[in-house]
Amino acid sequence: MGVLEHKFNDNVIVGQMDKLIGWARSNSPWYFQFGLACCAIEMMSTAAARHDFDRFGAMPRSSPRQADVMIVAGTVTMKMGLRVRRLWEQMADPKYVISMGSCATSGGPYWQHGYHVLKGVDLVVPVDVYVPGCPPRPEALLEGLMKLQEKIKKQKTLAKVEE
Amino acid sequence: MTRNEIYTRLIDQFGEEPFDKSDEEFNEFIAVDTGQWYQVAKFLHNDPDLYFDSLMCITGVDLGPKDDVMEVVYDLHSMRHLHKITIKVIGPREEEFRVPSVESIWRIADWHEREIYDLFGILFDGHRNLRRLLLPDDWEGHPLRKDYEVQEYYHGIRVPKIKPKKLTP
Repeated sequence: MGVLEHKFNDNVIVGQMDKLIGWARSNSPWYFQFGLACCAIEMMSTAAARHDFDRFGAMPRSSPRQADVMIVAGTVTMKMGLRVRRLWEQMADPKYVISMGSCATSGGPYWQHGYHVLKGVDLVVPVDVYVPGCPPRPEALLEGLMKLQEKIKKQKTLAKVEE
Repeated sequence: MTRNEIYTRLIDQFGEEPFDKSDEEFNEFIAVDTGQWYQVAKFLHNDPDLYFDSLMCITGVDLGPKDDVMEVVYDLHSMRHLHKITIKVIGPREEEFRVPSVESIWRIADWHEREIYDLFGILFDGHRNLRRLLLPDDWEGHPLRKDYEVQEYYHGIRVPKIKPKKLTP
């Protein structure tokens, strides 16, 4: 029962703008289709009917211009690493990166002998959430996305952060 | 046709000089001289009794500095007569081992030869588009050669050193 109670007409909601923006942003994480290897099959499975990525508001976009989250699913080779960087640069801010599976996180099975594999996608783009597994089950990717949602909810867009 | 019949057929056409035959039980092949290989390939493809219309695969081989030999192995198959043959083109292990390209005879050889050039550095004369296939264009070296050493940096990204494999005696 605050001071502003019954001061307005109907359909006016009083709240914090930051929380509203965070709520809106975190519940529409349009992800960039970035399937590179077997993890991509797992990502498709996550987007399909049984695990239903769509209930988080996550929908796949094929263009970097309209995506918020880049899910790097699969082995990133040296040749692809340059393209990953370029596509990440084309994404509009605010942008987030989920590194899915062992290959994207650290090189995975190619750690020892793969001269052609980038040892972790964090060498070229900044990563927000790492999802472990080889490949991660769809539940694991959902968990990763929920962790990212928590992070987005906490971010301040309008309020001055006291330093 | 058996392998010996094919061999006699080739000798009738070209004489004995460009050919060499191996009679090891599990390693049956006909070795062809590098200079004559293009004409031989054309003959194998066009002759109605042989008619090898399908090139199944091309393999590059590097036997290392001890033997000082590089090979290109062609596996041919005829869909009409259902016989197979393995052809080897053997050369010295130089920086630039040159082999005539068969890409204009069997179109599939286009990518096969590009891959072998990419990984072994063997050059195919007469190939219309000899670029790397798997690795980036500006990669240094040919990874399946025995004397390959990994470059230190690629576009500012550190390339990890491969641990030397233990060679079984």
